[in-house]
Amino acid sequence: MTSAHLHAAGLRRDERMERWRLFGLGSPALLLVLVILVIPVGWLFYVSFIGADGNFSLENYERMIARKSYSRIFITTFQVSLLTTALCIVIGYPLAYFMSQLPTKWANLCLITVLLPFWTSLLVRTYAWLVLLQKQGLVNQWAISIGLWDEPLKFVHNMTGTLIGMVHIMLPFLILPVYGAMRSIDRDYMKAASNLGASPRRAFWTVFFPLSTPGLFAGSLMVFVLCLGFFVTPAVLGGGRVIMVSMKIVSNIELFVNWGAASALGVVLLVLTVIILWIASRFLKLEQMTGGGH
Amino acid sequence: MKRKTALTLAASLLATTALAGAAQAEGKSLTIASWGGSYQEAQSKALFEPYEANTGNTVKQETYGGMSDVRLQVSSGQVTLDVVVSGSGSAARAGEEGLLEPLDYDIIDVSKFPEAFYSEFCVGGDVFSVVPAWNTDKFGEDGPQNWADFFDTEKFPGSRAYRGKVSGALEPAMMALGVAPADVYAELSSEEGIERALDKIRELKPNIAVFWTSGAQQAQLMKDGEVDMSTGWNGRFDNAKADGAKVSYTYNQGLLDYDCFAIPKGAPNKDLAMEFIAEISKADYQDDLPKFITYGPTNADAYDTGEISAEVAAALPSSAANMAMQLPISLEWYAEWETIAAEMYQEMLTE
Repeated sequence: MTSAHLHAAGLRRDERMERWRLFGLGSPALLLVLVILVIPVGWLFYVSFIGADGNFSLENYERMIARKSYSRIFITTFQVSLLTTALCIVIGYPLAYFMSQLPTKWANLCLITVLLPFWTSLLVRTYAWLVLLQKQGLVNQWAISIGLWDEPLKFVHNMTGTLIGMVHIMLPFLILPVYGAMRSIDRDYMKAASNLGASPRRAFWTVFFPLSTPGLFAGSLMVFVLCLGFFVTPAVLGGGRVIMVSMKIVSNIELFVNWGAASALGVVLLVLTVIILWIASRFLKLEQMTGGGH
Repeated sequence: MKRKTALTLAASLLATTALAGAAQAEGKSLTIASWGGSYQEAQSKALFEPYEANTGNTVKQETYGGMSDVRLQVSSGQVTLDVVVSGSGSAARAGEEGLLEPLDYDIIDVSKFPEAFYSEFCVGGDVFSVVPAWNTDKFGEDGPQNWADFFDTEKFPGSRAYRGKVSGALEPAMMALGVAPADVYAELSSEEGIERALDKIRELKPNIAVFWTSGAQQAQLMKDGEVDMSTGWNGRFDNAKADGAKVSYTYNQGLLDYDCFAIPKGAPNKDLAMEFIAEISKADYQDDLPKFITYGPTNADAYDTGEISAEVAAALPSSAANMAMQLPISLEWYAEWETIAAEMYQEMLTE
């Protein structure tokens, strides 16, 4: 054996050692993921195939096909989540852009106003919307008294109310990552673009916007996924008409006295979500969604 | 010195255990779980505290989350509750599931109970009713007098609130279709019958502004004038009225339902629990309940002890006159049809 060979073997050994060491450092986190994610989700899959009599059965899935309400509930869930995400982008992106152009001191002040509602209980904010928006609520009373409209408008107990409440709650989840991404964009890029003759609009769309997309994707993904599991806001502001999967899970537990009936809903939601994200990743680069890949 | 301290400690420990032993010999103790709030407070004042005073036994009160808690305790073999308060329907289901002890009606005297107010696993403690309520600012005192009126949007134009779950939702629609109260459950005992009732609700749906999901919601909707009419539990409307809401209701064609006492399977003090339920089901206890909450007693004799005035009786769902114009809900129907009806109801809701 030559010394070069020995040297290579030593290097390989060192590399293996290094890998094991890294694995050892990472193992507590891996164990945690295993215990709090992989095992429960596996259990969820298993339970969803257990029927009311305690034996293996497909009845929990067959029910979802037989009854039209299930597909409607899934459609509503994805509809509400997508619309909320879209509205959050429309409202949140310009705000984040505005904040990113402010001097740090003012930007921080704006950030606090964005974060303030974030620190208030979700339940309190949801009921506050009910008080504001109902038929005899403050908004309708005020608008009627100054003659904006004559009959009280229906803002709550429907889809409109649900979206208003959810957009309000989800907005910080979009603004924060977008703002973070925008802050890290070097301002010299924009100066360089205009130096090369680009109009402000062109500079924004060809330079600034693409650089801000990792934050935008990360924020949108977070909003969308969080929306899928929403319960309180649609339950209070939806007036019993906007039924999302989480609400159906609760009513199935009460109704069938059988975890499987509820687990199957969770499984379908999980699978559909993964499929949707997979399709989205074909069009958008998933690495960008997580903020990496640059 | 050290030894002395140890000795005193041991002595005092002995003394306390001896004392505790003495207390146990004097009176027994049992644990009951109810739903808390003004409801449990009323039960406590009318039933539990007098029971303690009369028997010398101790009642430990807890609150709980309903039959799912009992299921957890029974399935893990760690039953700590001797008596639970439950809705009649969930108790019937839990009984069928094997979570409850069958009640011994040789010990619990139900000879004066209307038959609709007790079952194999639970005995009624108080009676409430699902009634049509209306805004008195809008309709005066002469609001809808029956379910047909409630569903009639020409005679009574205005927005409605209706239940978001199937329980207590199909019977009113059936009666609005002109079915006599006595025939309602027979008519509902087929998918076609359920569909007929659902079609009636579909007809009203454009006028239903909210499908309510909780008792607190009914009161809030009526109080804030969000809807002009609502179905709901009489006690909630009474509370809203006391709180300044412009609301009135009728017992005519109301759906009688009851809350009940049940014993979890394997309760640590099962025999004492049975005696406890027997004791608080007596008319002498039950006649105090309306002083604290507007729910009616289940023991018909409670109306004859002189504690409940004619005026109060007229406002209670279980007084003879009010009973006569209402329909007791059928636990048998719910046991057989609830899951099917609930799925069909949700289909109607999501259309």
